Amino acid sequence: MVSLLDIIGPVMVGPSSSHTAGACRIGLLARCLVGGTPQRARLELHGSFARTGEGHGTDKALAGGLMGFRPDDERLRDALDIAEREGLDYRFEKTTLADDSHPNTVRLTIERGDRTAEMIGSSLGAGRVLVTEIDGYPVEVTGNYHTIVLVAEDVKGSVARIATILSEHSINIATLRLTRKERGGDAFMVIEIDDMPGDEVRDEIRGLSWVRWAFRLDKVSA
Amino acid sequence: MYKSLGDAIRDAEAQKISLSTLALQTEAKDQGRTVEDIRAALKRALDVMRSAVAQGMTGDLYSASGLVGGDAAKLRTGPDGPLAGTPFRDILARALAVQEVNAAMGVIVAAPTAGGAGVLPAVLTGLAAARNIDDDALVSALAVAGLIGAVIAERASLSGAEGGCQAETGAAAAMAAGAATEMLGGSPSQVGHATALAMQGTLGLVCDPLGGLVELPCVFRNATGSAIALTGIELAMAGVEFKIPVDEVIDVMGEIGRSMDVRYRETAGGGLAATPTGRRLAKERLVQIKRK
Repeated sequence: MVSLLDIIGPVMVGPSSSHTAGACRIGLLARCLVGGTPQRARLELHGSFARTGEGHGTDKALAGGLMGFRPDDERLRDALDIAEREGLDYRFEKTTLADDSHPNTVRLTIERGDRTAEMIGSSLGAGRVLVTEIDGYPVEVTGNYHTIVLVAEDVKGSVARIATILSEHSINIATLRLTRKERGGDAFMVIEIDDMPGDEVRDEIRGLSWVRWAFRLDKVSA
Repeated sequence: MYKSLGDAIRDAEAQKISLSTLALQTEAKDQGRTVEDIRAALKRALDVMRSAVAQGMTGDLYSASGLVGGDAAKLRTGPDGPLAGTPFRDILARALAVQEVNAAMGVIVAAPTAGGAGVLPAVLTGLAAARNIDDDALVSALAVAGLIGAVIAERASLSGAEGGCQAETGAAAAMAAGAATEMLGGSPSQVGHATALAMQGTLGLVCDPLGGLVELPCVFRNATGSAIALTGIELAMAGVEFKIPVDEVIDVMGEIGRSMDVRYRETAGGGLAATPTGRRLAKERLVQIKRK
């Protein structure tokens, strides 16, 4: 459903809703996977991101997003300089991803402390984004909701257990998607929720013996 | 939100309410929010639009490529043309101002997109300044613009990559024409005619930016888009009716976009981008950005 506020918005740093605002949102989602601003980031730009990204500030927007700047933050203009000062060691490369990749796509490999994550995200236009892969697992994360992503051993009743934890904290599930690379292998869970979960929810999920890791991706849409 | 502007106009007239009231009530119901809450969000957008206009009018802004910038100021301080001292010239300056801010990575409201972000603020704030129209009426006008944009998004497209520039500055001109017509006292049916009259003037317009950058001709398309919006407003307020219903005009914009060659859809493969000078400038300027 189209909302008036999708049309009259977002408020953003120019010049392009897809190449700037969308790129920033992809960076914002990626940083959640390592729990904050990464120390190292390798950003592989595909298609139009690679071709016209520099002129649209896509590099600045991605780096700014990784540092937690939102699309309307004027610091995005100077994000590459700020990244150097803040110790974010970034490297941009041009690449060609799969043929069916959206023209505005980036693969990010980021490190913070002992945590490394890989994510592929696309900017679909008008600032809307879609994360299609996290650590090699196919996903669909839009950033329109607060989202919990976790990797768990493929044990019976895992979905019910997670759903119970969320319901005990009065958190309403909007969508839940489970994927795995192979039968009996690790399962990747993406849960979009209506309410912002507190750190205690994440910690409770992380405390489950069969959960390998869990992260909260904060909503990035307006 | 409505998927037909014709339906919205009919409902507003049957209930004897304005299109903005209808749009705000519908949005409140769709999103589970209050009308006051939505008005407050639109007011924040209006404030950003105004500051972008102000920044672009006084500032000395240039894009990273240096392809655009400094032209809004020329309309303020440069030699007079035949429209000197009129709201028309002021509105052209405002449209360039917002797009120059956008190209220089300043803060704007994408309405409907960043590439078409100059038209709505230019037409609405320019006419409001000329006619002493208050912020409440401007916020209502933004609701009408949002309604029209939502219908265009549903029936056609708001993306240059999908539908060419007619879907960006063309849509922005249609939204601005309809919104300003209500703001100036036009009926819902006049809003529909103003929207259609503006959109018919941009049908077929290609998206052909040099190097794929939202700069040239985008900045100037926002000025010409504003001029077309003003044409729609002036004609509709005078009682001119456009014989093709507005929803059909929007549908055909979508159809033209879908059949448009990919060279004319934001790929820098055709139009002004593919002229000898367009290619040369894009090459030089992109190299310059890399050196920075």
